[in-house]
Amino acid sequence: MDFATILQILDSAMRLMTPLLLACLAGLYSERAGVFDIGLEGKMLMAAFASASVAYATGSAWLGLAAGIAGASVLAALHGLASITFRGNQLISGVAVNFLASGLTVLLGQKIFGLGGRTPSLSGAARFDEVTLPLAESLRPLPVVGRAYAELVSGHTILVYLAFAMVPLTWWVLYRTRFGLRLRAVGENPASVDTAGVSVARLRYGAVMICGVLCGIAGAYLATGISAGFVREMTAGRGFIALAALIFAKWRPWGALGATFLFGLLEAVANRFPNLDLGFVTLPSMFMNALPYVLTVVILAGFVGRAIPPRAGGEPYVKER
Amino acid sequence: MDKMPKWADVILTPLISLILAMAISALVILAIGESPWMALKTMVTGALGSSYGWGFTLYYTTNFIFTGLAVSVAYHAGLFNIGGEGQAAMGGLGVALVVLALPWPHWALALPAAAAGAALFGALWALVPAWLQARRGSHVVITTIMFNFIAAALLNYMLVNVLRPVGSMDPASAAFPPAAHLPKLSEMALGLGIEWGRNTPANITFFIAIAACFLVWLLIWRMRLGYEIRAFGKSEPAALYAGISPLRITVLAMLVSGALAGMMAVNNVMGEAERLVLNAVEGAGFIGIAVALMGRNHPLGVFLAALLFGFLYQGGGELALWTSIPRELIVVIQALVILFAGALDNMVRMPLERLFAALRRKGA
Repeated sequence: MDFATILQILDSAMRLMTPLLLACLAGLYSERAGVFDIGLEGKMLMAAFASASVAYATGSAWLGLAAGIAGASVLAALHGLASITFRGNQLISGVAVNFLASGLTVLLGQKIFGLGGRTPSLSGAARFDEVTLPLAESLRPLPVVGRAYAELVSGHTILVYLAFAMVPLTWWVLYRTRFGLRLRAVGENPASVDTAGVSVARLRYGAVMICGVLCGIAGAYLATGISAGFVREMTAGRGFIALAALIFAKWRPWGALGATFLFGLLEAVANRFPNLDLGFVTLPSMFMNALPYVLTVVILAGFVGRAIPPRAGGEPYVKER
Repeated sequence: MDKMPKWADVILTPLISLILAMAISALVILAIGESPWMALKTMVTGALGSSYGWGFTLYYTTNFIFTGLAVSVAYHAGLFNIGGEGQAAMGGLGVALVVLALPWPHWALALPAAAAGAALFGALWALVPAWLQARRGSHVVITTIMFNFIAAALLNYMLVNVLRPVGSMDPASAAFPPAAHLPKLSEMALGLGIEWGRNTPANITFFIAIAACFLVWLLIWRMRLGYEIRAFGKSEPAALYAGISPLRITVLAMLVSGALAGMMAVNNVMGEAERLVLNAVEGAGFIGIAVALMGRNHPLGVFLAALLFGFLYQGGGELALWTSIPRELIVVIQALVILFAGALDNMVRMPLERLFAALRRKGA
């Protein structure tokens, strides 16, 4: 494997990990606040559809992004309503959100565009352009570093950089702000937060809505960044891979970066080498596709470091009377 | 705690959930510029208006009874088995391996063997998540989701690299031998001299599904194991105190659950396709969640809810055929049922409880 191939694979891994990273951080806010979210997939799908539709109608990728965020936020609010206000089962609510998105996107898409659930192809300003970072071209002649900078670091859409910037930002919010401290506390021991006179419900709604916004960006990136338009079921299980990455990362922001990079890399390698020949054994692409899930089960089983979820995760908070 | 009479809890709450789901679906149909009344009429005529429609409705019902029972058995043990999809897919693999392994002389011999294969593969696919939950504390919901994807990849591999006949491009197993053909309901009716449901996929597995309903009722409410499962599901510390082993109950409940989901393959793989294809389950594993929630985890309720979803599924197909409403409408209805009967249960229940409390005060 030469340097160009490695660069190509890493470049593709960066693109593929972006929606995973955004969705993973989305889940991180929600689950750290004690609200399990298996509806990441549905929120991303809804956002992808909304952003592609609005971007097509207006010709603006930015308006598409706003629509994507709005679409995912509506579903996030629904999840919040069910799991915080009505103290319902958060897992069941997540399942409902996934199916709602899966059905509604095709239903509305067929009605609006009549293309069997697709949106028309996007072009020009309706998609996010690739950004060339400063000095990318002048540094290119430098061996290794210059070329890596020009081909790997530069030349992604703005949403990719946004996703990467979200990692330190999330770390800062969670570990260095009052909001973050309370958010983590409400996921571990909501009663203590309540005793301190802070509203558990408001904090959890805040976390769930942040989750919606990030899923919205992830979905918009799928439909208007990485591809040109919406296709039915285009999230293709990414919401669940993000969930797996969240567990892999043990609910930590920097871990999320590492886990999603690993899973993005696996997908990139599987795309590049459908049948990976390791000399002694040939790995079929299905193996690479299944690897994120297998790794997650292994991690969950605690054989390689233990993943312990936030203690109050999944439990509705009932105020003492 | 006795705020509501039992009949209201069993009948009224699922009914109101259903009505809410239907009302919102009607609004969705209106929003896409179609008439909900016409849609309902098309669905009823298409699914229930002829023996042809019934033949499909009962076929789907059979699938959903198995996956619905699977979810509800696990639910009684306080476990949310979201992996019915993967377990049913693995059940399909079990059926295919059994049927293709021997030259079966007659379906009556192939059926029990294939059913055992389906149940075994489904159960084994549920065993690992169950064991991990009981021994290592990894959440069964997450592991069963992961196992759905692993099953899909494994099945894809098996079909492309192992089971695909030489020379075929299609990622599917070889066709099952004709001797292993399960009698369709239409053929059985014809044997009695009745012309019913020609060319429909409903088959003898429907009766197995009904028997499974009865057996699950027997297990959950009339057997020691069922009592232990329910006790464990209600309160783990209390069950532990009573000497019930969490490991044993978790594993056994998930084994039964996985076996039931796997048994679905007898219907769709052996009874209908008569070979194993990719994505043979077609989401029936997930519909089981809606069916179990709607049926209040009781076998009779599951049967009725499965019939309802069988009707919706067949009716949805007819909708796509005769109107411009895509069949994804069913997915929306399914989502709304899960939402109202499951997640927003309290929203439906609270006003009802208040109503009954008010009635009682008036009566007293």
